[in-house]
Amino acid sequence: MKLYDFLVPPGQTAARRGPHDRIVMSSRVRLARNLNSSAFPGWAKKNDRVKIFETVRPAVAALPEMQDSFSEAMDNLGPLDKQILVERHLISREHAAKGSGSGLVLNRTETFCVMINEEDHLRMQALLPGLQLRQAWTAIDNFDSALEKKLNYAFDSELGYLTACPTNLGTGIRVSAMLHLPGLVLGEQINPIIQSVNKLGLAVRGLYGEGTEALGNVFQVSNQMTLGENEEAIVERLEKVLSQVIEHEENARLTLIEKKPKTVYNHIGRAYGILANAHSISSKETMNLLSLLRLGLDLEMFPGADRSAVDELFLITQPAHLQKQLSDKLSAEERDLVRADMVRDHLKNFGRPVIKSPPPPAAN
Amino acid sequence: MQCSICKEKPATVHLTQIVGDKMQKLDLCEDCAKAKGVNDPAGFALADLMLGLGAAQEIEQSAGGAELKCPHCGFTQADFKKSGRLGCPDCYKTFAEGLGVLLKTMHKGTRHVGKSPASLRLNREHTDRLKSLQNKLAQAVASENFEEAARLRDEIKQVSDRPGERPAQPKNLAR
Ligand SMILES: [Zn+2]
Ligand SMILES: [Zn+2]
Repeated sequence: MKLYDFLVPPGQTAARRGPHDRIVMSSRVRLARNLNSSAFPGWAKKNDRVKIFETVRPAVAALPEMQDSFSEAMDNLGPLDKQILVERHLISREHAAKGSGSGLVLNRTETFCVMINEEDHLRMQALLPGLQLRQAWTAIDNFDSALEKKLNYAFDSELGYLTACPTNLGTGIRVSAMLHLPGLVLGEQINPIIQSVNKLGLAVRGLYGEGTEALGNVFQVSNQMTLGENEEAIVERLEKVLSQVIEHEENARLTLIEKKPKTVYNHIGRAYGILANAHSISSKETMNLLSLLRLGLDLEMFPGADRSAVDELFLITQPAHLQKQLSDKLSAEERDLVRADMVRDHLKNFGRPVIKSPPPPAAN
Repeated sequence: MQCSICKEKPATVHLTQIVGDKMQKLDLCEDCAKAKGVNDPAGFALADLMLGLGAAQEIEQSAGGAELKCPHCGFTQADFKKSGRLGCPDCYKTFAEGLGVLLKTMHKGTRHVGKSPASLRLNREHTDRLKSLQNKLAQAVASENFEEAARLRDEIKQVSDRPGERPAQPKNLAR
C-alpha cells in the first residue's frame, strides 16, 4: 500500500480532539532503545544495519498496537513521502535523510510510530492530540514492555538504557508537547516565559521555521535530562510547567482583549482578509496568518466555523503535502499560486470575522 | 559575531539553555543550525551540540587519550569528538572515566532511576538488597553492635544463596 493512501486524511487528523487542544496541539513521548552488543546505527556497517532492521521490524510489526500498520524501508520511500512524514511529526528530518538499513513502522491512527536505525536502533513514539502526556507515556511504556520480551535491549544497571548519544542515556525518554501560543507572542511575553521554562531544565523552541523564529506561533516544550530522574517525575514536571504555560497564554489573551482589543481585531481581520483573498502566498505567511485565524476562532470571532478547518489548512499547505495533492513538478512560485487557491477555496464558507460583544469600557 | 561551528559565516542563531545548573551559550549561522538539526522536532538539545564542540575534550584528557579504543567496536575517542555519538553499548564502559564528567554536566544525576527491563529487575533488586545489607553490617560492626552484625551476616548469607528470589518477610518488624 502506498504511504499516502495509508495515512489518515488531513481533514480527519485535524478533527481529532484532546484536552486543552485550544492551546496544546499534541503530546508526544518518545523512547530511545538499542540492541545489546550491536554497534549503534551511526557506527554500524551497512550489513549490520540491515540485519538489525530485519530483526527489529518484524518484532515491532507483531505487536498488537501495530496490527494494522505501515512498515517500510527508507530506501523504498520517495523524498516526498519522507517529507510528508516529517510534516506530520512522525519521523525526524535526520531519519528522512536515511537510506538502506533504516525504516519505520507506523500504525493506522498514527498514534504509534517507530523509527528503526535513526540515531538509535529504536526510536518509538506515542503521539496524541491535546494535552495527554500521561496517556502517551502509559501507551509507549506498555508498547516498550511488550517489545523488550522479544528484543535484547542494551541496558546497564547504573546507566540505564544505553543510547548512541549520552544526552539520551538513562530513561531514553523525551516528553514533549506542541503549543499554540499567539497570545504570549502578540503580548510580547513569550521570551520571559521561554527563559523561565529553560530554568526548569526544559527546552522550548519554535517548531517550524529556521533558527529562533517560530512560524505559526507553534512551540515545542520538552525535557532535556534523561538520567537521574525517573519517567513519572519527568512527565509530572512537564505537566506542571505546561499547565502554567496554558494559564499564562489564557491570561495573555484576556489581557490583550481587555487592553488592546483593536490591535487584536486588526491582526485577525487582516489575516482573514489576506487568506480569503490572496492569489499568491508563501507557506511561511500562510502559517503565520492561520495562527491568527486560529486565535480568532478561539475568541469566537468566526461563529459556525470549526477549528479543524484551520488545522487542516495548516497541514495541507505545507510544501510536501501541497505537492502530493497537486504535483511535485511545481516551482516555488507556482506553489504559492496553488496554495493561495487552496486556502481561498477552504475559507469559502468561513464568514467574515465578527466581534461577539463590544469590548467592555476600559476601567478608567 | 562568528558562527561557533564553521567559524566562517556570521552567527544569526543564538541559543541559551540551562543544563543542570550551568548556563550554556552557542552562536550559529543558519546553515550550521540547520545541519545540527536545531529545528528538528525529535528534540534538539544544546548539550548535543556542545558535545560536538568542546566538551568532548574532557574525555580526551582523561585516561587513554585520543587513542583509547573500544575493544568491542573499534570506536575511538577521536571518533567521539567528531560525532558526539558513541559506537556501541560497550563504549560506555570503555570511555567511562571521561563520560562521567560529561554526564554530570548534562543530567540531573549520574545513576539511572526509572524503568528497567523486567528480566533484569529482579536481579537488580537482589543486588540492591545485598548492597544495603552490607552497608548496615558495616555500620553495626563500626558501632560494635555485634548481635545485630551476626543477624545481618546470616541474612546476607541467606540472600546471596538465593539470587533473584524475593526477599523474605523481615522478622523483626517491631524495632
Ligand atoms: Zn556555521
Ligand atoms: Zn564500542
